[in-house]
Amino acid sequence: MNLLESARFALTGVAANKMRSILTTLGILIGIAAVIILLAVGAGTSNNIKAQIGKLGTNVLTVSRSTSVGGRATGGQSGASRTRSTNLTVDDEQALTDPVLAPDVARTAPIVQAQGVTATYTSATHSVASFLGTTPSYFDISNSTVAAGALFTDADQQSASPVAVIGNTVATDLFGAATGSAVGQSIQLNGQNFTVAGVLAVKGSSGLNDPDDIVVVPLSAAQNKFTGYAPTLASITVQAVSADVMNQAQNEVQMILDARHHVDSTNRDYQVRNQAQILTTATNTTQTLTILLGAVAAISLLVGGIGVMNIMLVTVTERTREIGIRKAIGASRGSIVAQFLIESLIISVIGGVAGIVIGFAGSAFPVLGVQPEVQSWTVWLSLAVSAIIGLVFGVYPANKAAKLRPIDALRYE
Amino acid sequence: MTYTPVLDVDDVTKSYPGEPPVRALRGVTLAIGQGELVGIVGPSGSGKTTLMNIIGCLDAPTAGSYLLDGINTRELDEYQQAQIRNRKIGFVFQNFNLISRTKAVDNVAMPLAYAKVGRHERRDRALAMLDTVGLSSRAGHRPSQLSGGQQQRVAIARALVTNPVLLLADEPTGALDSRSSAEILDLFESLHASGRTIVMITHEMDVAERAGRVVRMQDGRIISDERQQPVHGRTLAVAP
Repeated sequence: MNLLESARFALTGVAANKMRSILTTLGILIGIAAVIILLAVGAGTSNNIKAQIGKLGTNVLTVSRSTSVGGRATGGQSGASRTRSTNLTVDDEQALTDPVLAPDVARTAPIVQAQGVTATYTSATHSVASFLGTTPSYFDISNSTVAAGALFTDADQQSASPVAVIGNTVATDLFGAATGSAVGQSIQLNGQNFTVAGVLAVKGSSGLNDPDDIVVVPLSAAQNKFTGYAPTLASITVQAVSADVMNQAQNEVQMILDARHHVDSTNRDYQVRNQAQILTTATNTTQTLTILLGAVAAISLLVGGIGVMNIMLVTVTERTREIGIRKAIGASRGSIVAQFLIESLIISVIGGVAGIVIGFAGSAFPVLGVQPEVQSWTVWLSLAVSAIIGLVFGVYPANKAAKLRPIDALRYE
Repeated sequence: MTYTPVLDVDDVTKSYPGEPPVRALRGVTLAIGQGELVGIVGPSGSGKTTLMNIIGCLDAPTAGSYLLDGINTRELDEYQQAQIRNRKIGFVFQNFNLISRTKAVDNVAMPLAYAKVGRHERRDRALAMLDTVGLSSRAGHRPSQLSGGQQQRVAIARALVTNPVLLLADEPTGALDSRSSAEILDLFESLHASGRTIVMITHEMDVAERAGRVVRMQDGRIISDERQQPVHGRTLAVAP
């Protein structure tokens, strides 16, 4: 009795009770599909966060005032009122662009922020999520390009021109779908007139915050009209020459600022955040999430496996007589085990394959704004796991069948 | 007639545990030669079914020895017993015991699958055997589409397909009407005429009387063992 024969007998066994086989298969199907979809959602979330951080620039350092030293954190607007001499200044920012002391720093941009800025155009208003005053180098660092109009220039910065570059979300809210029509229009930002110089290309909303809900004006204009002339900055954005020299760039930035602020590593009044570190933290968080999701899915798979065992036990009881007949005509214990084991294997592998198909189909739709990404290894793993479930949960029923004594089995009604 | 013992039962006893133990066989000695058609008769509880289970290697005796085709069955492990049932014995049951979702030809071919015979040869031999029992036109039917007599003939074809040394029939006509019974008994006689060794267990005397040799059992013992002239006047000596 070879395996092929056992497989043929097993197939007729599965086909004999189609409805029951389908329902049992469903248990495995749901488990496998859940594993694939949930892991795909985890991977999608993780990639989404990576992409979002990538949009900010993977070779970007952010220098900000430390909140642990030097008093409470401040909103951008109140920066002018601070009296501490060690706040970040435009001079600090310019000192970082030093080809000798900081060869790994490509460019820097000073940033001031204002909270609660409302943009108005005729009767339309929009509450701006992110209002920045900076220099044109910010656009290079943040990989920003315009969809319409132009970015503001160094000349605008020097003359403190009231020009603004607005994000797509702002433009849509104020000017409707034809965002290009915003260029050259005059808008009010907290009642102050600004001319729209350009509309930024869409970066794409992802999850919690919207990178397109932004208004960028020249640093000088922001200080002029919002934050006052005090030289304090909210942060300095530093771009390293490449992603490989992030740590060198960070050390150089710290060395220059330590000297200027007369501090050392123990009492720094500023902090340098590395995008790579943020990325690592975010990745760890999503990994934990993915493991949790996977565990939930694995439990449903286990339940499916128990379902297979249950049905196989019913099948063995139901076919006791057949087992007796087969043993009487010469089936060995091994061939009975093989027949029932293959039968449970067929049920779970069919469930597994169908689950993979459903998993792919289910992963095609975005979940909570995240596009799930099916990991190819989860497909192979699912296939292997469904086969293992078939074997493990089939062993007991198959053995039970094989151990039946032919005279008892033949007498069974 | 050459007397080669196909089946040699020597002082076999069988008791089942219980309070008190049930002594189903109390020392049975029986030798059956090549080409014999033997009817074993007795009332229910006489031990004939137990004897058949032991002869058929479905159960092991408590004491005594049983040689089948010269092989001592008590020394066999489970796998070897399965092989003996497959190669040496063909079973025919009262209620046919066909596998209902499988076609007649596949039912007949099934023992060959366990004997590791190739697929095409299996089918050819199964069809040939169905032809022998006069059912070649019903090869593709399922058991539920066949009459009782036809089902029993499929079962006989299945029993014979591995060319066993012994055909063991347990009440083969018990579930059949008299016409079908007669057909099945005719079939047994013609198989006997072609040299098959057949042991038939029955409680119906008229069935047993068509056998060349009748063994009567009572209370776990053989009470008589006599050869007789077959009623239809067929001669005993055959062996082609």
